[in-house]
Amino acid sequence: MTLTLRNIAKTFPGGARALMPTDLDISEGEIVSLLGPSGCGKTTLLRIIAGLETADPGAQIRFKGEDMGALPVERRKVGMVFQSYALFPNMSVRSNIGYGLKMQSLPRDQIDARVDEVIALCRLEPYAGRAITALSGGQRQRVALARAFAPRPRLLLLDEPLSALDAALRGALRDELAALLRQFGITAIFVTHDQDEAMAIADRVAVMSQGRVAQIGTPEALYRAPENAFVARFVGNALPLGGLIEDGRLHLPGGVLTLAGHSNGKAAFVRAEDVKIVADGPLAATVETVTFLGTHYRIGLRGATHETLFCLHQGVSAPKPGETVRLAIAPQSILTLDPEKAAA
Amino acid sequence: MSSRLFVALCLVPLAVFALAFLALPIVRLILASGEGDAGWAIYWQILQTPRYLTTLIQTVVVSIAVTLAALAVSTTAGLFLTRNRFRGRAVLLSILTLPLAFPGVVVGFMIILLGGRQGLFNALLPGHVVFAYSIFGLFLGYLYFSIPRVLLTVMAAAEKIDPSLEEAARTLGAPPHRVVIDVLIPALAPALIAAGAIAFATAMGAFGTAFTLATNIDVLPMVIYTEFTLSANIAMAAALSVLLGIVTWAMLFLARTFSGTTVAAGG
Amino acid sequence: MKNPGRFLQLSVTLLAAAFLLVPTIQSVLAGLTVNYFQGLRSGLTLNWIFVVWDLYSSSIFLSLGIALACLVVTLIIGVPAAYAMARNPGRLTRALEEFISLPLAIPGLALALALLQLYGTYKGFRLSWTFILVGHVLYTLPFMVRSVLSVLAAIDLKTLEEGAASLGAGPARRFIDIVVPNALPGILAGALTVVTLSIGEFNLTWMLHTPYLKTLPVGLADSYASMRLEIASAYTLIFFVMIVPLLLAMQWASARAQRITQ
Repeated sequence: MTLTLRNIAKTFPGGARALMPTDLDISEGEIVSLLGPSGCGKTTLLRIIAGLETADPGAQIRFKGEDMGALPVERRKVGMVFQSYALFPNMSVRSNIGYGLKMQSLPRDQIDARVDEVIALCRLEPYAGRAITALSGGQRQRVALARAFAPRPRLLLLDEPLSALDAALRGALRDELAALLRQFGITAIFVTHDQDEAMAIADRVAVMSQGRVAQIGTPEALYRAPENAFVARFVGNALPLGGLIEDGRLHLPGGVLTLAGHSNGKAAFVRAEDVKIVADGPLAATVETVTFLGTHYRIGLRGATHETLFCLHQGVSAPKPGETVRLAIAPQSILTLDPEKAAA
Repeated sequence: MSSRLFVALCLVPLAVFALAFLALPIVRLILASGEGDAGWAIYWQILQTPRYLTTLIQTVVVSIAVTLAALAVSTTAGLFLTRNRFRGRAVLLSILTLPLAFPGVVVGFMIILLGGRQGLFNALLPGHVVFAYSIFGLFLGYLYFSIPRVLLTVMAAAEKIDPSLEEAARTLGAPPHRVVIDVLIPALAPALIAAGAIAFATAMGAFGTAFTLATNIDVLPMVIYTEFTLSANIAMAAALSVLLGIVTWAMLFLARTFSGTTVAAGG
Repeated sequence: MKNPGRFLQLSVTLLAAAFLLVPTIQSVLAGLTVNYFQGLRSGLTLNWIFVVWDLYSSSIFLSLGIALACLVVTLIIGVPAAYAMARNPGRLTRALEEFISLPLAIPGLALALALLQLYGTYKGFRLSWTFILVGHVLYTLPFMVRSVLSVLAAIDLKTLEEGAASLGAGPARRFIDIVVPNALPGILAGALTVVTLSIGEFNLTWMLHTPYLKTLPVGLADSYASMRLEIASAYTLIFFVMIVPLLLAMQWASARAQRITQ
């Protein structure tokens, strides 16, 4: 294990518990995402790893066995990319990138060589001579990344690396960031509230809620086998079905569905893309809204469950509002999970 | 009445006042400076007369010294107060900024209390330690009203510094003193220039403090005062005033272009 | 967790605060001590304050009167002017603002000289308290104008007025019903600033005053020069008691107005 975190908790003065005792293990070269809504503690955890916050007593942060917890941030050799990039406005692009190396007191020619290397890696050659203020958002992001990476840190931490960019840019840069991180070959942890971002870039994703890790796993595992209601809803927008489970069947207002297992006492969830409109399906419903989204229709249905159920329908046309349709959901697609204790 | 007329009328009281009591008097003053025996050559005369030249140089030297000292003290204190929250911070801040509205006379009195014949230092230290009436006393007096002014400007700018800049420098391995040199001072540079200009202009034009301390040291405002009241040398007093006014105005204009805010001269 | 750097910063801060605070405490104590030379051992008394009141109460009242008059005048001149300037932002307005701010940039001494040059011969005016008032208004007007202007510039004045106009309000009505109420935080901050600065104004007033018209700061200078330390201190104490609450109120009001402009 490259990075071992044990018993990391954070209580802020005033009593707010931002982070509950958390353990985490990260392997060499792995890219892990901390995913969750605002206030879930993901940024706090990241900053504790960086050394910008101190964890509550009893915490252990070990990097390849070495205890990092006692080191101040300037000696941890952890590279960090900030949400606002925090590029030094009084220095050029080259000086920014070379700053960490300068702090290591390396000779001039070594610094220049490494800066050139990183600039080439991040494809920043055309902008190398520019002032920071003359760069676009995407270019700044790459400079921030180059700067954090140049001093050969043990770990790369990224705080919402794409959130400062506008939506159009985000998609393209997301792929670029993923490619760069893999090229660096470095162990990286990044924080985001965007599940698409987390799933696209990370090897493993830790979904966090209210100071705790709700589930950690590969994107596929989180999507297909969520362990609790929060993860099911946050990753992939599972919809609660409600109803009553008895003897392997789910009783809903619109009909009865067969379940894959026994699951008494659990709550049922389904993803909109698994709700299919078929002529002889077990559930009856009335179409309430139809939204055209280009690749598919999003159809709001009433009557099948106590609340509105959504269905993603692919096809050239869609049923009209007011029509009655019949729905089917494959038993394996119904997720049965412990009901949530409180609305999250 | 129409809207435009109303808005125009709103400016009338100001226009009348500014014309009668600001524009015209200033013009009259400038003209008065040229009404002496030497005419407009009086400005050249100032630079040639040893007394005025020494006074000018002395005033500039003291003002520069005060500016540097105030910048050093207030930047340190300002950065400390901006980045640390602790009990009593508000009280400390009040203590450091309230003297802003003390008139120069009161500041002079404060220095007398510290360094006069019955002053604190003379009472506490052995021997005869009376510094209030020396140039050091004047320097301290100017420092007294400069510290709050510079502090306010510096703190306003320090609060706007993005904290993640500092954090970024630290994650790149910069020890605290490097963070100050590489990140904080460059970020504060415009505010420091502005604050320095304000301190300089205020010290140059300070009258009340010098008056109370009644030193043998001649500073420009005191010379203007004596030329006017004792020597009735109106033209010289006017010329010196015009010069002083131009210098202080220019400094404060410089300050405003660098910081975008203005704190008044005074003292 | 105090490293040497932090410790140095704290020391400088505390030293500066002590430098500023200690003489004020000395002054307060001296004004209340029977004999400053003997120190607190000689006992506390309010006697000196009464002496000061006997000697200088007229100065104190004059300063208060002038401060209030100054407030009224700056309100009348400054608030409408700030409105006109807020309605017409542009180079001319900035130049005007720059011009009326000259009394802040030029030493009070020079300004007083200018006034004396032009109006010194009009004995009636020269010897009246209104002459001093003019000086005070010159010095404090920029603060009132700037305070009101910054608040008006921050709110969407144009749209508010257009809304009122569409409902039938003429320009004067709009000024009273829309402009002034919305500018109140700026007016309040400006008012407190004007009063505070007027009470403490010395540089201008010293040149403009006459033996019959001594304001509080002029009286202070008088007492520093010719009275014993206890009297001078007691007078300064009275000044502090008047000015510190005003200063605190001014800082509070200005911070409040600032929040609107952010």
